[in-house]
Amino acid sequence: MNFDVIKKRRIKKGYRIKQIDNNLISTRTKEEAKLMIEARAAGVSIPIIYDVDLINGVITMEYLKGKRIKDILNSLDEKERARICKKIGESIARFHNNNIIHGDITTSNMIFLDDKIHFFDFGLGEINSELEAKGVDLHVLMEAIESTHSKYSNCFNYVLEGYKKELKQDANQVIKKIQDIVKRGRYR
Amino acid sequence: MICLGIEGTAHTISAGVVKDWNEKCKVLSNIIKIYRPEQGGIHPREAANHHAFYVADIIRESVDKAGVDFSELDLVAFSKGPGLGPCLRTAATAARALSLSINKPIIGVNHCVAHLEIGRGTLEHCTDPVLLYTSGANTQVIAFAEGRYRVFGETLDIGIGNCIDKFGRTIGLDFPCGPAIEKLATKGKKYLDLPYSIKGMDIAFSGLLTAAEQYYNNKEKLEDISYSIQETTFAALTEVTERAMAHTEKNEVLLGGGVAANKRLREMVKIMANERGASFFVPDKDLCIDNGAMIAWLGVLMYNSGIRMKVENSFIDQRFRTDMVDVTWRD
Repeated sequence: MNFDVIKKRRIKKGYRIKQIDNNLISTRTKEEAKLMIEARAAGVSIPIIYDVDLINGVITMEYLKGKRIKDILNSLDEKERARICKKIGESIARFHNNNIIHGDITTSNMIFLDDKIHFFDFGLGEINSELEAKGVDLHVLMEAIESTHSKYSNCFNYVLEGYKKELKQDANQVIKKIQDIVKRGRYR
Repeated sequence: MICLGIEGTAHTISAGVVKDWNEKCKVLSNIIKIYRPEQGGIHPREAANHHAFYVADIIRESVDKAGVDFSELDLVAFSKGPGLGPCLRTAATAARALSLSINKPIIGVNHCVAHLEIGRGTLEHCTDPVLLYTSGANTQVIAFAEGRYRVFGETLDIGIGNCIDKFGRTIGLDFPCGPAIEKLATKGKKYLDLPYSIKGMDIAFSGLLTAAEQYYNNKEKLEDISYSIQETTFAALTEVTERAMAHTEKNEVLLGGGVAANKRLREMVKIMANERGASFFVPDKDLCIDNGAMIAWLGVLMYNSGIRMKVENSFIDQRFRTDMVDVTWRD
């Protein structure tokens, strides 16, 4: 192919017995490819998939020459950080509108390119319409922001702003769910 | 500096004496006494009574074994939390009494952070690890980032030790059930499908526990169920630890907590570390389980970095989270 691609290969883990490892590799590869295609149809920026190899657990996809959000977020000025975070929230709302749960939303799993947020790593995702699933999905991001961008923890509020704007159902119900999940944590 | 630490967050009452030496921790003594209920799980009041009964003897024994005199102690540390209220209060009361009677300062420390610091303090080359802390109540993946020990992943429902104990109780084993389940698991051959539940870097066990109990009701072999529980839960724990290592870009992994005594868990985390070219660390068994030496060592680190506490402010905190501690002793 005369353009750049990236092959995401799920590596066999020596610490897992074969039954668990093979099962995880094929289900996660299949699920990830399916969710990426559906999220793209929902209007979220996602790398284009060229090939899926379930046996070896390989997805061949478009190579995005952008920057990870994790690496740029802390160095932006406040206004730009708020703008990017709102965009992140809008994108999450778009896939949540279609009951697509990402499963691992962290700033390492988003790339900034052409003024768009591109999402990948849907390997822990699922289709689920429940509030609980959407709440857990956002809670993972909240924790990632608290631990990796702790000086800018208002980032998550900006994310929620964008999320509220774009979500078709009542976003406050999802936000209430996030608060419930936080309280469920140890020693809260 | 010589410090005596008193641990009493849950089932264990312990006193340990440590000394700082070239910025590392020298454990002079570490006396551990574990409350074992006659049936069922931990009863907080019964556990606290157990601790109150033994704590004075344990303190004296730890000082004798360390070969020091009470007058040589420079500091008294205690487990401020998290844990069971009655147990915490018993250990804190003992610490206050000791501090006042020998007229030496007191300091309350975070139990979870102590599990990490004792690894850094006693193991050579262990400097900036990701800690997989697995015990009855706690299951956390902890690492240092931006001035604090942050919890990158944790259980969303019950601790892994608690999960194993609950299953153990269903099949009629005594607390703690880990060693018996481990023994059964080594004889298991058939893998029975169990839910493998990971959300980002968090993890959940209650669905797996229900499924395992159903296998028991369906008369599957105990050996096979135990094997499947260990393989599934430990693989998921190892995976979230690996995720945290990738996320934080750290190349050391440390085990802590009672479940770290399990050979299969150790093996899995070690394989994971080898596969990614990282270093694997596990403290001596008595420093993995709840113990006074780790409390003493964290007390030393905090005191040396300038933290002071008055007896009248030496409160306990049942919900003392790992990420509430301002880590003043690290850059």
